[in-house]
Amino acid sequence: METRHAAGSLTGTRIRERRLGQGRRQADLAREVGISPAYLNLIEHNRRPIAGKLLLDIARALGVEPGELSGAADAARLGLLAAAAARQPEAKAELERVGELAGRFPGWAALVAAQHQRIRALERLTATLSDRLSHDPQLAASLHEVLSTVTAIRSAVSILSEGGGLDPEWQARFLRNVAEDTARLTEAARGLAGFLESGGAEAGEHLSPQEELGAFLEARGYFLAPLEPGGWAGVEAIVAGAKSELVSAAARELAREWLSRYREDAESLPLPRFAALWQECAGDSLLLAERARVGLSRVLRRAACSGGPATRGLVICDGSGTLTTRRELPGFPVPRFGAACPRWPLFQALAQPGRPIRARLEMPGEPRQVFIGTAIADSRWPEGLGGLPVFEATMLVEADPGASDEAALAVGPGCRICPRAACPARREASILAEEA
Amino acid sequence: MGRKVLLVEDEPNIVEAMGFILSRDGWSVASHANGETAMDEIRRVGPDVLVLDVMLPGRSGYEILRELRADAALAALPVLMLTARGQEKDRALAEELGATRFMTKPFSNADLRKAVNHIAGED
Repeated sequence: METRHAAGSLTGTRIRERRLGQGRRQADLAREVGISPAYLNLIEHNRRPIAGKLLLDIARALGVEPGELSGAADAARLGLLAAAAARQPEAKAELERVGELAGRFPGWAALVAAQHQRIRALERLTATLSDRLSHDPQLAASLHEVLSTVTAIRSAVSILSEGGGLDPEWQARFLRNVAEDTARLTEAARGLAGFLESGGAEAGEHLSPQEELGAFLEARGYFLAPLEPGGWAGVEAIVAGAKSELVSAAARELAREWLSRYREDAESLPLPRFAALWQECAGDSLLLAERARVGLSRVLRRAACSGGPATRGLVICDGSGTLTTRRELPGFPVPRFGAACPRWPLFQALAQPGRPIRARLEMPGEPRQVFIGTAIADSRWPEGLGGLPVFEATMLVEADPGASDEAALAVGPGCRICPRAACPARREASILAEEA
Repeated sequence: MGRKVLLVEDEPNIVEAMGFILSRDGWSVASHANGETAMDEIRRVGPDVLVLDVMLPGRSGYEILRELRADAALAALPVLMLTARGQEKDRALAEELGATRFMTKPFSNADLRKAVNHIAGED
């Protein structure tokens, strides 16, 4: 808070520095933004507050981002510099003079901050890839196939190359084995290369049915215009037209179920009505569900699958906690392999079916990223009273537009790639160092 | 009757090459490709040395090794573990479970002969 306040109170100084740096006269800048030079002088000496339209106008006139003037950018940068120092305490960086560094050497400060962010991003990428290597059954099977085949070829070639006295029958046998294994190795290597080149599980031939469906939906931004009311195609036509993406029969079956539910959601809450209600309820999904007389899970799905850029994420799991839908939101990664963070509202909802759960969530990393998660678990009784219920939990994830310093629940993507060492819900050790 | 080695490995071409090499050294070679029924086969064959792959259909080589070491009649059987993975943790696990020796695929014929003869106490 102190940093933010200090950063904000020096807006005028920053305007003055930028103006002087560009060799512009106070009177010229004042005229350009429609204020008197005397007033601009008061602003530049931090004796008049400045915000809103005037700040935007001055920023535009100076050709800089408004955040550069208001100190928002400085505050974020100071936070990154402090985090960089905390990550490497042995460097004994003069933390108490971080403001001086940023003020006197803004370029160097920006470089250190950017490198810190880059290092963190690379660490996360490494962790994700490492996690994939450890858990991806397709990759493990491919590697096993390659190494086993190489072993067989190496042994046979070694025997054949010994020369002298190898029985012709054995010779023919080993030659045949080498030919067979070479063909196998070619196939295995090709599959492995395709897997790695495509970023692993993105390669169609290696996807599980659920991943095939996920890739199909992702390619369409989780929005199926033909299935909206008045649309031009049915579920079967869409599935039939996507055979190159939904390769397996199992994936096509999953797609039929998913798309049928999408159509029911769309018919129950057509987009124009949904958009009007969303605005009327100020984004309160529970209130919207009440007014539209539909279940909350339908509203959450609709909110995440209504076209446009991915500004909302959607995660759905079954009664075992297995994720069945993963629509990621930038900054809110959803693990592809292994389990997700047990602190997500999704799992809290699963433990309390029918009760809506809403929480502000903070993902690890800098700059601070806060989200709102809204979740509910529904139950179905497909076998009637004599059977067991089938549970499903749905969570909508939205970037939080509120003040960034409000309290939020510390969550992560999943234990393996979460740096929160002291998390009370930790299930297994992380492969990341603890967050600074 | 020569010394007996049982190869528990599901890749037929590897089995054929290993069998050929070891039989030239005077070993009487038997093989088995299924993890689930491997213990029965080990008891039936009664080998002097067991070559055991880790990744087998039905049951992993580690599980077989664990059961084998818990059986008083087989606890001292020399076992050469084969794996396509070469990480330290795999080696540590194999040693912890009682493998006499651990070899990572791909290996050379010379290494195989040396390892089998060594754990049989014949080099």
